[in-house]
This record gives sequence, C-alpha cells and structure tokens, in this order.
Amino acid sequence: ISNHEVFIYAILPTMAEERRPKQCTVVLPTESMKAMAESIGVGQLQEESCAALSEEVSYRIKEIAQDALKFMHHGKRRKLTTSDIDHALKLKNVEPLYGFQSQEFIPFRFASGGGRELHFYEEKEVDLSDIINTPLPRVPLDVSLKAHWLSIEGVQPAIPENPPPAPKEQQKAESTEPLKVVKPGQEEEGSIQKGQGAISAEAKGKKEGLMRMKPRSTHELSVEQQLYYKEITEACVGSCEAKRAEALQSIATDPGLYQMLPRFSTFISEGVRVNVVQNNLALLIYLMRMVKALMDNPTLYLEKYLHELIPAVVTCIVSKQLCLRPDVDNHWALRDFAARLMAQSCKTFSTTTNNIQSRITKTFTKSWLDEKTQWTTRYGCIAGLSELGPDVIKTLILPRLTVEGARIKAVSEGPVVSNIDKIGADHVQSLLLKHCASVIAKTRPLPDNMEQYRADYGYLGPTLCSHVVKARAQAALQAQQVNRTTLTITQPRPTLTVSQSGIGGSGGSRSPSIIKVPSSLTLMSTRPGTPTQPSPPATKYIVMATSAGASSTQQVLDGSLVITLSSSSGSSVTSTVASATSTLQPLVKLESRGAGGLGGSRPLQKYIVVSLPTSASSSLESKSGMLPPSSSSTSPISLEAGMKMDHTGYVPNGTLLPI
Amino acid sequence: MAAVQDGQLNMEVEKDIKTEITNDGSGNINANSSSPGSTSSGGKSKSPAGSGEDQQTLLAVLQFLKRNKLTESVDILRREAGLSADADDSPVSDSAGAGSGGVPNVSADGGDANSLLSRVSIATPVAPPATAPPKATGSMASGGEDQPDVNVVLSAYSQQGDPVLYPLYYNGLKKFIESVLDCHRAELSQVFYPLFVHMYLELVYNNHENEAKQFFEKFSGDQECYYEEDLRILSSMSKKEHMKGNETMLDFRTSKFVLRISRDSYQLLKRHLQERQNNQIWNIIQEHLYIDIFDGMPRSKSQIDAMSGSLAGEGKRDANKAKVFYGLLKEPEIEVPLDDEDEEAENEEGKPKKKKPKKDSMGSKSKKQDPNAPQQTRIPLPELKDSDKLDKIMNMKEATKKIRLSPDNLPSICFYSFLNAYQGLTAVDFTDDSSLIAGGFADSTVRVWSVTPKKLRRVKSAADLSNIDKESDDVLERIMDEKTASESKILYGHSGPVYGISFSPDRNYLLSSSEDGTVRLWSLQTFTCLVGYKGHNYPVWDTQFSPYGYYFISGGHDRVARLWATDHYQPLRMFAGHLADITCTLFHPNSNYVATGSADRTIRLWDVLTGNCVRILTGHKGPIHSLAFSPNGKFMASGATDGRVLLWDVGHGLMVGELKGHSDTIYALKFSRDGEILASGSMDNTVKLWDTLKAFDDVELDDFTAATGHIHLPENSQELLLGTYMTKSTPVIHLHFTRRNLLLAAGAYNP
Repeated sequence: ISNHEVFIYAILPTMAEERRPKQCTVVLPTESMKAMAESIGVGQLQEESCAALSEEVSYRIKEIAQDALKFMHHGKRRKLTTSDIDHALKLKNVEPLYGFQSQEFIPFRFASGGGRELHFYEEKEVDLSDIINTPLPRVPLDVSLKAHWLSIEGVQPAIPENPPPAPKEQQKAESTEPLKVVKPGQEEEGSIQKGQGAISAEAKGKKEGLMRMKPRSTHELSVEQQLYYKEITEACVGSCEAKRAEALQSIATDPGLYQMLPRFSTFISEGVRVNVVQNNLALLIYLMRMVKALMDNPTLYLEKYLHELIPAVVTCIVSKQLCLRPDVDNHWALRDFAARLMAQSCKTFSTTTNNIQSRITKTFTKSWLDEKTQWTTRYGCIAGLSELGPDVIKTLILPRLTVEGARIKAVSEGPVVSNIDKIGADHVQSLLLKHCASVIAKTRPLPDNMEQYRADYGYLGPTLCSHVVKARAQAALQAQQVNRTTLTITQPRPTLTVSQSGIGGSGGSRSPSIIKVPSSLTLMSTRPGTPTQPSPPATKYIVMATSAGASSTQQVLDGSLVITLSSSSGSSVTSTVASATSTLQPLVKLESRGAGGLGGSRPLQKYIVVSLPTSASSSLESKSGMLPPSSSSTSPISLEAGMKMDHTGYVPNGTLLPI
Repeated sequence: MAAVQDGQLNMEVEKDIKTEITNDGSGNINANSSSPGSTSSGGKSKSPAGSGEDQQTLLAVLQFLKRNKLTESVDILRREAGLSADADDSPVSDSAGAGSGGVPNVSADGGDANSLLSRVSIATPVAPPATAPPKATGSMASGGEDQPDVNVVLSAYSQQGDPVLYPLYYNGLKKFIESVLDCHRAELSQVFYPLFVHMYLELVYNNHENEAKQFFEKFSGDQECYYEEDLRILSSMSKKEHMKGNETMLDFRTSKFVLRISRDSYQLLKRHLQERQNNQIWNIIQEHLYIDIFDGMPRSKSQIDAMSGSLAGEGKRDANKAKVFYGLLKEPEIEVPLDDEDEEAENEEGKPKKKKPKKDSMGSKSKKQDPNAPQQTRIPLPELKDSDKLDKIMNMKEATKKIRLSPDNLPSICFYSFLNAYQGLTAVDFTDDSSLIAGGFADSTVRVWSVTPKKLRRVKSAADLSNIDKESDDVLERIMDEKTASESKILYGHSGPVYGISFSPDRNYLLSSSEDGTVRLWSLQTFTCLVGYKGHNYPVWDTQFSPYGYYFISGGHDRVARLWATDHYQPLRMFAGHLADITCTLFHPNSNYVATGSADRTIRLWDVLTGNCVRILTGHKGPIHSLAFSPNGKFMASGATDGRVLLWDVGHGLMVGELKGHSDTIYALKFSRDGEILASGSMDNTVKLWDTLKAFDDVELDDFTAATGHIHLPENSQELLLGTYMTKSTPVIHLHFTRRNLLLAAGAYNP
C-alpha cells in the first residue's frame, strides 16, 4: 500500500471540500491503480482487480484522513498538515511518509493530455552551486510571548493589538445605508455580533439613550480623542520630523480612527486651500503625506470623504504656483507625489458609480490641451495622467508627444522668455521621456530607429529612442536576474529570505551579499514582532529606504514585502520585470536605480521588491503592477528617489523637504 | 422504568471484556484486573443473575490470560476473585451453557475465551437460534488471530433478511411514525438513526454492497444533522472487510444505542411492529437498542434534541443515579500571621462562599462539613508541606484583594499571544498563582515562561550543592544557580506534539502528554524530566493534575483514562467506557472525581475511589474539547467542536443550560474564582463571558425533572452573554482567572 499512500496528498484537497455534500463516495480512478501497478513492475492489471484495489485504497485513505483530522483538532489548527497524516499513519502502524515536512505546500502538479490525467511530483533540477553560494537564510524567530489588554473592565481598548472597533464593512454600511443604522438598537446588536465591546451597564444606559437619539452623533469625540487629534495634527504640520513620522505612522496603522476621520478630512482640505494661496510648499507636502497615511490605514473607510480629499490632492498636482520661488523650490516633487496619490485613490476607490478615474482623466486632459496652460500645471496634468498606468499613457499621452515636443522646442530653442518657463519645459520633457520610454519599450516593435522615432514623435523622438533602447536592455537583464533570485528564496514561510544570487548579470561593484541592514534601519521579518495589522489576506511588508542622511522609518502596509537595501555602486542598472509569474513562485522585482540617467551625483539607491504569493494574489498583482515602470531616467532630486516607492509605501524622508 | 431485555446484562459483560482486550493490549491487563471495581463500568449494579454471570466473566478473562501466558496475572486475578486454582478449567462450558440459555456449544476449541465470548454475545434471547451459531463459527475461522473479538461482534449481523425488503421496512416504519400523534412522533423518531445504521451495516455485512449504497442514499438525508460526521464514516464503509478493525463500526455494534422513550410511545411502536410482523426491525430493536422506558409525558422534540447527539444515544438514567459528593473538602486550618488590615478585609466580605481557595484562617465559619462533600479521608491526599501552607496564606491574602465580578463589573482580560509559533502551539497552562506559563508545541518541546520579573533558575549541580552552607537562612536562595536565570526554559524529551500540559499546584512539577504515548513529569527546579509514564500506547490527548497534587489523570486515543500517582509508574485506576478518544480530562475540585470528555460526544464522571463511572452526560453534538468545574464543585461546563457550551448540574446529572454563540470549537473554559462568570475561548478568535449566576438561578429543579432528567432549557442564552472580545487573529486555547479575578487568555497569533 505504501505506493498508494502518496496519493493521500493528492486527494486531500478533495476530502477537505467534501464538507458540504454529506457523503463522500469519491473513489480513485482505476487508471491510477494501473499507473501505480506499472510503476512497480506489474503490467496488465485486470480491470476488476483495479476496481477492487481502488475501492480498497480509497477506503483506507479516507480512514487515514479521518484520523488525521483528529490530530488537526488537537493541534488546534484549522488546516490539515502533512504531519497530521504522518501521525495518523503511525496510529495505524504504518511507516509514515518521510520527507513531506513542509507546512503549506503539496508537491503535486496536475497535468492532462492525451486523454490521461496525471498528478505528478514536480522535481526541478537544482544547481548545487547556486545553493552553496546562497547566503544562509535568516534564522527563524523564536517563539515569544506578548501580552496586551483584550478588555479592560469589559471594554475593549482600541489598540493596534485588537481588531478595529468598527470594521470597514460597518463604516461602509453606516455611510451607504444610513437608514439602516438609524434604527435604534441595531447598532448595538450588530456590534455584539461582530464581537465589539461588551454591554456593560454604562453601555446599556447609552443604548437606551440611543433609542431617542439618532446614532449619527458619533461625530462627538471623547476628550482623549480630541487630545489625540490635536497632537496628531500638530505633529503632522509641525517642525519636528521625528514626531511627524510617528504621527503619520499612527494615522496609517491605528485601528480606532474612524470617528476622527471627518475632522482629518476637513483639516486636510482646509489646509490645502489656505496653503496654496500662501504658497507654503512644506505644509502642502505635509498634508499630502497625511492623505497618504490615511489611505494606508486598512481600517478606514475613506470613500465617504473623497469629495474633500480629491480636490485637495488635485490642487497639489495642477496648481499654477505651489511655492514662493518656483525657480528654486522643488514643487515638482510634490506634484509627482500627489499624482501618485491620485493614481492610488483611482485604483482603490474608482467604481462604476463614482467614475473617479474617468472624471480625473478628463480634468487633466482638458487643462493639458488648453494652450494657455502654464508649464507647472502642464507638468501636473502629465504627471497625473501618466501615473494612471501604461494604458492611459498609450492612449492619451503618446499621440500628443509631437505637439508637446514642438512646444518644448519653442521654449528651449526659441528666444528666452523666462527662466521659469525654461525650467518648466525641462521638467515636462524629462517627465514625458521617463513615462513614455517604458511604455514604448513594451509596445513598439524593434528596431529602434532614431529617424523613425523623430518622424513619429517629433522633437522628442531621438531622445526618446535612446531611452527606449536603454529600457529594453534593462528589462532583459532583469528578467535574467529574477530567474536566479527566485531560486534562492529558500524558506518562504517562516521568514522571508531574500538574497541575490551572484553578481553575474548586473556587473559593477555591487556586493552580492544579502540584505544589509543599514545602521539606521530595522529589518522586520514577514511576521512582525507584534500582531500589528489586521490586514486579513495580505502578508506584511515593510518598506525601508535609505539614502545618505535620510532619516528612515518603516511602515507596514498591505500588499507585499518590500525590502530596500542600500549599497553604493556605480552600476546604473535598472529594469522592471514582466509581472507574469507562476503563482507559486515568489515574485521578485529588482530595481536598482543608478545615477546614470540624467543624473546628478546623488547617492544611489536600490530596491529589491519581493512579494510573496498570498491568497490575495490578485491584489498582489495589482500592487506589483503599480511599481513604476522602468526608470532609466532619473530625476536628479532625491525626493524623487524617496517617492519612487510610494506605490508600496511612503517613506517619510527628512531630506526631502527643502525648508 | 424497566429494562426491556434480559439479554442486556450479557451484552454488558461482553462489552467490558472487549474493551479491555482491545484497549489495553495484553501488557496492561495487570493494572486493570488488580482493581476489579473498574472493570464494570456504568450502572449494572442490579444484576438479576448476579454471581453466576460474574463468575462466567471472570473465567473468560482467566482463559484469555492463560492463553496469552500471563500467568502472574492469572494468579493475581484468581486471588482477588477468590477462585480456586482448578475452578477455571472444568466449569467453563457448563456455566456458559447455563448462562446462555440453550445455545448449542459448537465451538471447535472448547475452552477458548473466544468461543465463550461468542456464546455470550449470541446468547441474547431474541437472536434467531437457527442461524446464529454456524455463522459465528464460520466467521471465526476466517477471522484473524489479532482481533478475535471482531468476528464475534459482527456475527450478530449474520442473520439474513431479504436485502430488497430493507428499504420497504424502513419506509414502512417511517410512514407509521409520521402518522402517529405529534407528541409521540418526536420520541419515536429517535429510533430512525440507530435503525438506519444497523440496517446499513447488516446489508454491508452480508455483502449486499449495492443495496447498502442505495439504502444509504435513500435515507441518509433523513437523519439528524448532528450525525453527519458518523454518517460520513459509515458511508465510506462499503465492504465487509472494511468492518473489521473499524472503530466506529465496533462502537455501534458493541454498545447498545440508548433511547429514552415514554411508555405510551413504546407501546405504540411495539404494537405496530408486531401487527406488521416486522421482525427485521423488531430484531434490531431488541438486539442493538436499549430502550429506557419511563412513565409520564412524552418528551418534546427540543428536549430530545438537547440530550441526543452522542455516539451511543443518551446515558441510561440508571447510570446517573449514583450519589456524587460534589461538595468541597474542608480546607485545613492554618494559623496565619494576619496583618490587621487583611483581617478586617477578610471579615468584611467574609460571608462563606463556596469557593475552593476559600479558607477561614480563624477556623470559625466553615467548621461545618458540607453535607455534599465527601469524607475528608475518602481518598488519601498528600500532606501539606510548609511551602504549601505559605502558598495558601499568599492565596488568602490575594483573595482579599479579589474583585467581585458581576454583570456590571466585568473582568479585565489580559491576552498572552504566542508570536512566531507558526501554528505549532498545542497546549497552554498557567500556574494557579499566574506566575508561570507553559506551552506545549507541535515540535515536541515544552516551554516555560515566567511572567513575573522573577526569572527561572535551575538548582545547582550536585557537586556545587555540596559546597553550600546548609545552615544558612537563605539556603533556598543559595541552591539556585544564578547563571541559569532566564525568562523561559525549554524542556526537551517528547518525540511528538505535546497535546496536554498541566502544572502541579505547588509549582514544582509540570506534566505533559504527547503524541508519542507518554506522559512526562518535569521538575521545575532542575528543568529536567523526572518520569515518563508509559501506559497509553497511543497519543495522549490530555493530562491534568489533581487540585491537591500527587494524583493526575490522563486520557487519549486508546479510550481509557488512567489515574496515576506521581510516585507510581503504573496507573492506579483505569477508567474504561468511552467509545471514542478521550479528548479532555479534568479533576473535580475535591479531587474525588474526574471528568473526561470524549470524541464519542459524551462526558463521563468517574469516581476515583471505586473507579466507577458515576455520570454519563450526553447532549453535545461534537467531540468535547474543554471542561470546567465551578469553584463550588456543583456545576460543570463543557465545550465542544459544535461551538456550544453546555452547563451541567453534577449532583443531579442534568443538563441545566446551553450557551450558544461561538462559531467554532471551544478550547478553553474557566469559571471565575467565585463562579459568577464563565469565560469561554474558541477557535473563532473570541473570548466570551457568560453570566453563570443567572444561568444557574434560572434553572428550576422540581422533583419531577430531577427524577426523569427532562429539563426545559431556557432559550435565552443571548441574555446570558455578557461580552464578546475578538482577537485579531488568535484562536483562544487557554483561559485562567488569577486569584484576583483578572482573566488571562492565551493563544498563538496566526497571521
């Protein structure tokens, strides 16, 4: 029977699904019996024997699976593991199957063809030298104990260790179906069912009060909340960067903020209105970072406040003037950042009813097409559009390259109008090059002919061509990188181990060692030390960035694990990788940015972005899809570098702010 | 009131023998037979045929032992039973023949225990004598040597009916039951499930595979949903060969399914079956069902549903008649050097509470013995050491600072999350003073943490110890090795996941039970293993120290709970009777009883002194995973995989409440120190608090309900729910009230 036991693993998924249908009359196909008989040298098994065998084997397997369930229950788990099966076999006095120790992964693949269906065991060839050269994985963290208050005298405190007091669905229900909530008592009931809080005597009294009062009075803030609000808003716009980082972190992670959300929203929109008029760039940046933090908080239902937040964000993208000295101050970075925020909110919140994305697109396009639009606004419009993704770039920006090129030419080669216009035109040019090159690299067939480009794209053509060539080269290089890197992710579950194999492809002096933790940073494992996030399907991920002198923080957000490492090297390798990878393979993105592009002599940054497949692989895909496309052209501003990562996590970076 | 059949006793006998043989293997007969009290489980005290039957049983056991060359055991048993040395050879066939009422003795190897067993089992008066014996011998010949009982057990199915008629019979009965008056319908519907099972098994046994399949498909949908789990196992059995060695199968066969039916309903059924000459069904009812008839009103559907659901029907009412001394033992009087304030406080709230740690330092108030309490010396308890006394004093001081809980004053909950446990946390325990936490893990380790600033230290090595000045005052400090101080210690020794863990009350020892079949005793002074108790050959699911230390109980896959004393490497008592794995074990606060919960969906209460089963509590619809006694010993709570908590009155053996609310297995239950609040923790990541005071108050026990056990459960479990606290993603697997009534919860964070 030992041969057949292997099949336990194959049918386990079937067994698990059999919860609903009452009886399982599933029997292994007789072909499997034949195949197994052949594999041990018994040819020509009678059909009847096969049938008898398969019934017997199915029965035994079911028996073992039922025993294994016992072990699962006593292991206090919901998931049946291979070790449960081993123990069940041991109960039956059968030698357990050795070698299937992994917790998650069932090593069978399904294939069909030629009329035969097969489950087979996938064994890849492994290059030993790769394994030997792989740096050792990080030691898994040891078990540790952490205490927190689940309840204080019957009331559950709203701390990150506890689930958010009002789950997103409830917030949504409140905002979308207010009538339902108004019904007295229902709220209380709902909260009981959802496991929120207790009905202490006090709460009971409240409940009776609610009978007469509309429950919308939740906008009242407790004294603590008012204090918190004051502290947070002061820190967010204050001068102490460390405090600000903490405050933003709190906004991004705290589960109990939903009651303060309307205040925050108003604070931001009013703040933007005032500071745009006063051209206070720093404050605008702070406010945008607050928006970012709010959006990062998985427990908040922001939809209700978009009408205030989106205008504020759009203002920061397209406003004519955002700072006092447009020729010196780097308001471009703010526009980029806000544009990215806009893109993110389009992705998250756009639905067929509110149509945010198309409305935003229209707004941008309209003002871009306007002849009288200033360069600053023009830049904002283009940035806003191009952040919306390659499709938007392809349909809206590429066709206008020629026109835009001519306009740029007029400024840069024509008579000097004003310095400001010239700077604006320069920025628009580099922005267009950056975004268009990667899109063209993906869509336009080879060869890249300078003349052809000029014919197609006008003034910008030749420059664009060289960018495209570069982008293509890096994409190819990176594809290679990924293949190698995938192999070295050895221990997907307990700790995430990322390492780069060799330096082969990338050349240069990049050290092949794995993640080095820069002194100012802490590297968090996939499992945070505390149960920080309730983010259900997603794994944790961490963003870390460093550049010389940058004060860095990390943030835990939804989606994927992002690890950045810093090392200084002269390589200017950059590329992105096609995001189509098999679901079981960790998705690895390597992006290293060099000073090669339009470059200044900025410190280099490299990011390795690793995302693990989770159940929510679709969300992952989208996350990775949001990674900036190939970025061969680098803005010479370090702010750009910091913000590059906004898609996965924003790094509050002290040096970014030219105050 | 009367049992329907005379053959019942025979069946019991056979069952007992069988459990012994299958469960213990030959190695452990020793322990069992030396305490004959434990052999007979359940309430078969009134035996009409008395001594003759007993002797027959004994002889059968003797035969078995002899055959397996266990001569020592034979001697012991003989001595214990007072049998003469030659009594066992000759009279076997005689007594068997006499006992079994005229069944011809056809067995080939006359004196064999096998044949005796088979005769006993066939000996039911209703079994058609023409068909049974040849079949019995036939199947015996084909059966393996290793499990002699299986064929015997199966032989009862050998009677042949026309397989085509089975669905007709069943349908006929169904139609009849549907047509009877409402009040009887619910009661009579109880017979559907056991009938269905036995008819199906008969079909399978007689190789009518297709008919069995059809029969199953046709009628399995009619069965109550809580039997789903069993039906699934049943459906996978489609061949006679499968029945051999299948535990569930054996359970069905060896244990009679117990039904409680009012006399009127029963008469109705009987008349119907006799009118129709429906022998097939009548035979099954006679053979495999035990119908417990009572006089009075038929029970309602909800009453029946509340009690049914176990593998073998409800407990017999007789089984719950024995008196249980549920009161608490008197606490020893300890002279306490009380601080004045403490004394004040003590006197203020000094109204006598039935609470375990409740002691009266002045010895004035609780001098009276609780009438329900067992005698102080009913079982020998270890003597108090000085350190124990100190601890009790501490306990009392703490108790004065205890928060009085009530629905308006809920406890705070402190949650201990095990991080990075990778789903490997399988058991947790706290010490009574809440200073230590122990965790059992799937990787076979046991880890102990100190949750107070006091670190864990090991005693110095023997060589170092000899250098210590033994006269010094702080010798207890000096023997500790400062170098080994750490917040946690890991205990290595098991070779399988650790499923049960328990601290001794004096905090010197830790017990752990594991998949590897052993229970280990660890010293918390040296952090080494002291003893490995071997006896369970299969996974040991749970173990628990007695509240007075010294004794402990363990139970596991082999369906036998064993009572041990720490200084004996063999069990003192073996409690056999459960029909499936024992999943959880618990001592009564007075240490005279142990409760075991099982995968057969029953809870049994065993008397430590006699080894008898004194309560069988049915009503759960899934394997029971947690038990808790109220501090006054009067009530018990149990939680199962079905997400319900049931409350029991131990003294009357009645279900007194049902708490619905959890959506997944309940792994942790605990009463607050004064018993006002019950906390339950579940796989669904919540801790819930229940108002037990109200729950127990609501129960009205008039004489009738107490006598019949038919209780109307209040339908208000939502009103009893005081609070629900959700964790982020941490199943709650242990709960503990500190001496000041702070609730501690523990579980592994499961991202």
